[in-house]
Amino acid sequence: MKKTYKIEVDCANCANLMEVEAKKVEGVKDAVVNFMTLKMKVEFAEGYEPKEVMEEVFKACRKVEPDCEIEF
Amino acid sequence: MKKKQKIMLLRIAVSAVLLILLQFIPLPESFRLIAFFIDYLIISYDILEDAFHGIVNGRVFDENFLMAIASLGAFALAILSKSGDFNEAVGVVLFYQIGEFFQSYAVGKSRKNISELMDIRPDYANIMENGKLVQVDPDDVEIGTEIIIQPGEKAPIDGVVVSGTSSLDTVALTGESVPRTVREGDEIISGSINMTGVLTVRTTKEFGESTASKILELVEDASSRKAKSEEFISKFARVYTPAVCVSALLLALLPPVIMLATGNDPSWMTWVYRALTFLVISCPCALVISIPLSFFAGLGGASNQGILIKGSNYLETLSKAKVIVFDKTGTLTKGVFEVTGVHGNTVPDDELLFYAAHAEMASSHPIAKSIQNAYGKDIDRSKVENIEETSGHGITATVDGKSVAIGNSKLMKKIGLAVPACDDLGTVIHIALDNVYSGHLVISDVIKETSKDAIANLRKLGVEKTVMLTGDAKNVADRVAEILGLSVVHSELLPSDKVNEVERLISEKSEKDKLCFVGDGINDAPVLTRADIGIAMGAMGSDAAIEAADVVLMDDDPLKISKAIRISKKCIGIVYQNIAFALAVKFLCLILGAFGFVNMWLAIFADVGVMIIAVLNAIRALNVKNL
Repeated sequence: MKKTYKIEVDCANCANLMEVEAKKVEGVKDAVVNFMTLKMKVEFAEGYEPKEVMEEVFKACRKVEPDCEIEF
Repeated sequence: MKKKQKIMLLRIAVSAVLLILLQFIPLPESFRLIAFFIDYLIISYDILEDAFHGIVNGRVFDENFLMAIASLGAFALAILSKSGDFNEAVGVVLFYQIGEFFQSYAVGKSRKNISELMDIRPDYANIMENGKLVQVDPDDVEIGTEIIIQPGEKAPIDGVVVSGTSSLDTVALTGESVPRTVREGDEIISGSINMTGVLTVRTTKEFGESTASKILELVEDASSRKAKSEEFISKFARVYTPAVCVSALLLALLPPVIMLATGNDPSWMTWVYRALTFLVISCPCALVISIPLSFFAGLGGASNQGILIKGSNYLETLSKAKVIVFDKTGTLTKGVFEVTGVHGNTVPDDELLFYAAHAEMASSHPIAKSIQNAYGKDIDRSKVENIEETSGHGITATVDGKSVAIGNSKLMKKIGLAVPACDDLGTVIHIALDNVYSGHLVISDVIKETSKDAIANLRKLGVEKTVMLTGDAKNVADRVAEILGLSVVHSELLPSDKVNEVERLISEKSEKDKLCFVGDGINDAPVLTRADIGIAMGAMGSDAAIEAADVVLMDDDPLKISKAIRISKKCIGIVYQNIAFALAVKFLCLILGAFGFVNMWLAIFADVGVMIIAVLNAIRALNVKNL
């Protein structure tokens, strides 16, 4: 399953790093962070609840940029 | 401006004013230090916080870290050397923040500009509820709902007109500036603007599946497909920052230690200062921000011109197009066929057309349509049975009890019939009734007005080879190629032959030259996929073509191909300019900095100045209207 989320991120490099971090989260099959459109596309692995996975993704992103936001 | 940006602007202003005042107000030494340090904290607290945060989370080498170390180091040096010059420490961060502020403002602004360019999707739909017009979220509108589109509004969802007549402005979708008139029963695509009358439309798709949503999604996703130069930069940044930090450390330690060992004055201050300028110069921001911004602007500008490019990587490939392969029908020619002659027939014209039109009734090929038009009467579907289409040959069917074979000479050969030669220029469609040759129809197509210019423009852009592939007869194809000035033409090809031909052309050219295939999207999907770049034109509404192609031209003007290439060249040019400019200035300053020719102020220019110039240059990619 693929879902798109709005994100708030201030720098392009952080967006790249968030993408790398998000991909490492369990339950994420693939993730793309688009700095230009401020969108995050996440493909979830089978049998995972997007909401729960996104909690973890959000935590991972906060580690990259402490004041980033994801709408989910 | 966002709240964050406003706070930043305020901090910049306060800290700048304070810095200026401190130049003129005489203060005792200790107060001076405190005052400068307060000013420093005002402008840099978030950098210090983020740098600390980075260290805690195991990511040491980011730009916040670089700036924190550089500015704190400058402070420490000023105290230790008792120079009392704290301006550099505060100034470095101040200018860095101004640069960052400018960058976030510029990016936000161009983000807005570009999304406005692409703004073809309305965010509401009107429906009638208890005799009142209500605006609802188009996501909630189910298929088959009747929606009302008033003059001046955009159609939110694809559908069929139930009542009303109006003209539609489809320029944002197709680039076609002549309004399209619609009345009851006509299909309308979302994103077109209703100009004159009120329309009631029954939706045929969901909002998310409608044309406007699809296009927008396609363009938005495009910048996620990274180009090689973008990947290069993000990889580069990953190696570059740690490398610079290590070099700075070496620069601060190694020379003094060597001096000390050789019995000279170590001059620690000088080398630490040089190491700090090194850190300031080294921020990779100019590259990290301007490259994706250039691509995004290029993609946005192109989509505004009716050229949808599905990824930054395709923009890059497109700029290297050296071989362009065209499909003929619908691409270089209008694909509007007319029956221009009925020859060699053993039965009356009308009767021949009757059988031909009925046998072709299920086909959507332009030739079939033209035969039906030439017949001019209603098709009686009950009379036709056993329709069988052989791709690249023709159709066999049973019409009114007679077996009809209709198609090209290959089909006739297959059923063992000889065909007479025909001198007329055009596509010749032979017809056999009950296995007896009964005559042929000559059908010709019209070349698009802009095709010739399009080919000439492509040559000017450095395209070395223009090839036309067509299933059409040799004489027709050769003639068209001659008129248009194409370099190579291959005719009488089956769809599978086209793939083979494209593969052969790909193997013939050198690796760095790219092959681009242009088709109208009908029957072209395999070739579109196989080519380095597949361009589908006039593909609005053909989902298969949009899916298979890498570039979608919303109208069917072949001139758009050269425009797309020019846009890609401009965009890639800007990307390379930025890479070269930023790297050249940085490396020059790094080398000069190592030898002590660069002070903190110049270092700040190397960082912030370069970034601002690169961002401004990147925004230029958006302006492609007059290319």
